[in-house]
Amino acid sequence: MGEEEKVIYFDNNATTAVAPEVFEAMTPFLTKLYGNPSSIHHFGGQVMAHVETARERLAALLGAAPTEVIFTSCGTESDNAAIRSAMLTCPQRDKLVISKVEHPAVLNLAKDLERRGYRVSMIPVDGKGKLDMERARELIDNQTAVVSVMWANNETGNIYPIHELADLAHRNGALFHTDAVQAVGKVPMNLAESQIDFLSLSGHKLHAPKGVGALYVRRGVRFRPFVIGGHQESNRRAGTENVASVVGLGKAAELARLNIEKENIQVRAMRDKLEQGILKTIPEVRVNGDAEHRLPNTANISFEYIEGESILMLLDMFGICASSGSACTTGSLEPSHVLRAMGIPYTAAHGAIRFSLSRYNTMDEVDFVLEKLPPVIARLREISPYWNQK
Amino acid sequence: MWKYTEKVMDHFLNPRNVGEIEDADAVAEVGNITCGDALKIYLKLDAEGKIAEAKFKTFGCASAIASSSALTELVKGKTLEEASKITNKDIVALLGELPEEKMHCSVMGMEALQAAISDYKKKHGENYNIVESDDDHEGRIVCKCFGVTDTKIRKVALENNLHTVAQVTDYTKAGGACGRCLDEIQEILDGIWREQAGAQSASGEGSSKADEFAKLTVVQKVIKVNEVIEKEIRPALERDGGSIELADIEGNIVKVRLKGRCAACHNAGLTLRKLVEAKLREFVSENLTVQEA
Repeated sequence: MGEEEKVIYFDNNATTAVAPEVFEAMTPFLTKLYGNPSSIHHFGGQVMAHVETARERLAALLGAAPTEVIFTSCGTESDNAAIRSAMLTCPQRDKLVISKVEHPAVLNLAKDLERRGYRVSMIPVDGKGKLDMERARELIDNQTAVVSVMWANNETGNIYPIHELADLAHRNGALFHTDAVQAVGKVPMNLAESQIDFLSLSGHKLHAPKGVGALYVRRGVRFRPFVIGGHQESNRRAGTENVASVVGLGKAAELARLNIEKENIQVRAMRDKLEQGILKTIPEVRVNGDAEHRLPNTANISFEYIEGESILMLLDMFGICASSGSACTTGSLEPSHVLRAMGIPYTAAHGAIRFSLSRYNTMDEVDFVLEKLPPVIARLREISPYWNQK
Repeated sequence: MWKYTEKVMDHFLNPRNVGEIEDADAVAEVGNITCGDALKIYLKLDAEGKIAEAKFKTFGCASAIASSSALTELVKGKTLEEASKITNKDIVALLGELPEEKMHCSVMGMEALQAAISDYKKKHGENYNIVESDDDHEGRIVCKCFGVTDTKIRKVALENNLHTVAQVTDYTKAGGACGRCLDEIQEILDGIWREQAGAQSASGEGSSKADEFAKLTVVQKVIKVNEVIEKEIRPALERDGGSIELADIEGNIVKVRLKGRCAACHNAGLTLRKLVEAKLREFVSENLTVQEA
């Protein structure tokens, strides 16, 4: 597909467009200001001030102190650093508690730790994807080193009661980590007044570039670096700073902080119109997730009796970008672990489509999708052996 | 993003022969909604016994729909006997190419056709003399998640020259969900290709230590392996604050658990290969593979 063709990008939980202001803020560091911030000379050293400004801006978005922010290469690295550090600094405890709907960054790390002799317990969810808090209270105990539960789910947009979980962890002497990759920039935060010990975030989910993330580590929490080497990031994350991207993340955080309320209202209106429109015009659809506690930008909708990849490919013909919880889109053979954990029937899980919006979408685009989607669904149902039988 | 050929896209966007035939001579349905794809095929024969009409309905991804469409094009004008020789490779050939992970879509097409031919035979009695080939009803279920039998795995592996478990998963889905049957699939593959190799070269050299090990009973194997672990492996691990425990032996696969510091060590994989496996191969059998339990 040529770059000039029309793109309706409703896949912002996968990645987002780099904001023009972010790009502009980054360019000097990809051109003339290429120095190494660790250098003793002025040419390099001056760059450090910009890294520190970025840290302040990101800390302001999180409601944290700048010294509590470590820049990393991505959300996955932050998750790895936090959880591994927690396990290493609490050697007398051997248990990790996570939810069943974590991102693979946490889920597969947990599986790996399990193979290495740690115990992993998973908090189940109900049909709407809500955590079973009663079970959580049973699972989090005095053998638990760390509890890691995502702030918001990437597939359904569900927002989880992380403050309650953090409190539960602390009352059992455990640390609390949250993968907030989908929440940062969409959910207002004040970490200083929370009990969260570690928080992971990723730049490219909030209009900064790919290849940069950050980890918040509460002051006073013991930390063992994950990437070992030089002294960068106050000895907490080695490797020469990805200066341009760090500056970009700082700028993106500033934009998010200034616009979060306005943006949420605007994006929510678009999402609700899309969702209501689909429910009105297409039969046999269901919304997956917890409508009351959900990110304002995400709609996960199952089109029953048809398969997600086919839907996405037909939408792609119109330049409409979305994602699917179906097995076929990833080459895996089972539908998404999140939808399965929720007990969504297979008739619906294979045909689940995620639309995720951002401030760069428009109501016209929502109308365009609402116009193109019903015939696509009808066409695939015409081919499906289950549609008539029903 | 999948790399689909123009042919696949054409058959997906403009599928041929979608629909049902009310007075079909043969009907078959394979797959189901749980598995993520399903195909229902209808055949109608003319007076000469050739397939005059073929229609389908498919639940599935783009390549499943394209494979079904290609299949209906392939069978038209053929007698059932001719059609029974069509394999998944013919479907792939008509489409140009399918991604490896999507090969099971072409296999589903082949299975639907074979099931339809069986259906015809059942309806029209013994005078229709073609080979029964509804493989899914024979053999033992290996993959419980997708209901794949050992017979089907053997057949598809031989037909498509598959040598790895990952390939078998791509072509049959077997092992693609919970993964509990992966070892068993490996054993089936080992069996097939050992037979093939055996058929080609009647007498190989064979290694005496490996042959000896193969002849042992399970308990004797456990004792032998444990001896080597105690003498050659555990002391080295204990020097680093770690330990090891034998969990299971299946054929030539030795499963162990690393303990203590080894369990949390980033280099555990390396330890398994360089130390545990190397020692067991040296002192027990060259054919052993070590896995973490």
